[in-house]
Amino acid sequence: MSSIIRASKLGYDYYRYTDENEEPELNRAIDQVSLDVKEGQFIAVLGHNGSGKSTLAKHINALLVPTEGTMWVDSIDTAQEEELWKVRQKAGMVFQNPDNQIIGTVVEEDVGFGPENMGIPTDDIWKRVDESLAAVGMLSYRKHSPNKLSGGQKQRVAIAGVVAMHPKCIILDEPTAMLDPNGRKEVLKTIRELNEQEGVTVILITHYMEEVTLADYVYVMDSGKIVMGGTPREIFSQVDTLKSYRLDVPQVTLLAHELKQEGVDIPDGILTIDELVNALC
Amino acid sequence: MLRDITIGQYYPADSIIHKLDPRVKFIATLLYLISLFLFHTYIGYILATVFLVVIIKLSKVPFRFIVKGMKAIVFILLITVVFNIFLTPGKVLAQWWIFKVTQEGLIQAGRMAIRLSYLIIGSSVMTLTTTPNQLTDGLERIMNPLKKIKVPVHEIAMMMSIALRFIPILMEETDKIMKAQIARGADFESGNLIKKVKSMVPLLVPLFISAFRRANDLAMAMEARCYHGGDNRTQMKPLVYKRQDFVAYAVVLCYFAASIGMCVIGW
Ligand SMILES: Nc1ncnc2c1ncn2[C@@H]1O[C@H](COP(=O)(O)OP(=O)(O)O)[C@@H](O)[C@H]1O
Ligand SMILES: [Mg+2]
Repeated sequence: MSSIIRASKLGYDYYRYTDENEEPELNRAIDQVSLDVKEGQFIAVLGHNGSGKSTLAKHINALLVPTEGTMWVDSIDTAQEEELWKVRQKAGMVFQNPDNQIIGTVVEEDVGFGPENMGIPTDDIWKRVDESLAAVGMLSYRKHSPNKLSGGQKQRVAIAGVVAMHPKCIILDEPTAMLDPNGRKEVLKTIRELNEQEGVTVILITHYMEEVTLADYVYVMDSGKIVMGGTPREIFSQVDTLKSYRLDVPQVTLLAHELKQEGVDIPDGILTIDELVNALC
Repeated sequence: MLRDITIGQYYPADSIIHKLDPRVKFIATLLYLISLFLFHTYIGYILATVFLVVIIKLSKVPFRFIVKGMKAIVFILLITVVFNIFLTPGKVLAQWWIFKVTQEGLIQAGRMAIRLSYLIIGSSVMTLTTTPNQLTDGLERIMNPLKKIKVPVHEIAMMMSIALRFIPILMEETDKIMKAQIARGADFESGNLIKKVKSMVPLLVPLFISAFRRANDLAMAMEARCYHGGDNRTQMKPLVYKRQDFVAYAVVLCYFAASIGMCVIGW
């Protein structure tokens, strides 16, 4: 499988302006970040608030260009200005706040916004809009106003808007952070289906540990660095390390961990209730 | 209260008015607004009323919904009416201290009230039946010749459509902030005007902060979806005149010709 996203020793500085006339301070948001994502993978990035997840996500979409190091999206260096639109088409991005990323006042017009910008002919735009709305299960809402939808539905529309651009990879920056549990489930299901059925590479950024159990590979970030990497099971078997990065381990995993410490014989990195039940009985 | 402002909101329905080309609706609205200032007597206003009622009926937008939007401008309407009643010179009907109510003033006030409310109703019928995107597309096409003299037509149109999309969201947010502050003992109701204005400050600060954050997020989301201005941009719903649009133009032109005619003969 070929790499779709590759980052080598990425670094990015934000300027922090303290006083007027004073030299701005540099704030290193990400540091020495290296990534390698293969086509079709489902990747999760975990991290506490302020650990640099969003900054990293914006690099994949060329909304930010690295201060140091290089980012390649489908073998295109994102620092090349003339390739900007290609990069953004290949790597679509879904943001946290559903209200602030929907541009259209009717669901279908919003989904058409990306293809319009790409200069797709009208007939094809319609085809893409139909397909993408169907893919996220929002086809029956096509004529609705986004303001009247629930948070989960809005977020699915936002996903459809990205899918309509036929990206190879979708980056979702905490797409469920502002949703209720039902909306969260809805969105996660949509993301997983896109990955499994359409073969879109997914990079899910989150600080909910429960959401990463589906991923093929998990990166953990802390203060701008990638501090852990592995399958969900590998990551979750290191409960104490995760806690030191201020991450909350899922309750089942935590319970299994405590039991193990008390001498019960069960494997590391229990992810689901079923697994724990099987291990215990 | 703020939720009631319907100007700039879209009311989805399946009506002939909804299906018309936005350019037709825009030009029709413009001509209608002009016509309101052409009439001199009630005969003209009857024509304007009939025209408006027919359009509203055709649009399938509930009348209640449109009237609700009027509440927001009641204040402006009242000021206009009061100024007109008291400040128009003419035959004095009643007098109290320095205030004189004149016959001309009453007529003028009535006229202004009708003009203003029809103006608002007329334009909200347009915005209620046209999605901001269509409206923007329409405006963009109408103003297209201005591109030659370097007017950023596309950008202006895009700005307008975004403003229209965010007005309801910001209204809702204002409502929310207001309630949150009322819950903590803020008082927006009592006191004189200056006190009321002062009490708005703690409302405006969070509102502005949130608006800027939204603007920032939105700009980023648009860029992430390859938005780069109007160049090389195609349209999902390109504007093409259909038969119904020509019919609508004909109807509107007839109406406008009639109003000019009535203006000339002094109705
Ligand atoms: N626009 C910005 N200007 C300055 N500093 C920023 C900006 N955005 C983020 N930062 C800083 O960069 C660091 C990483 O932020 P971010 O990438 O948003 O983290 P996360 O998404 O994981 O919460 C934080 O210390 C934050 O304060
Ligand atoms: Mg973030």
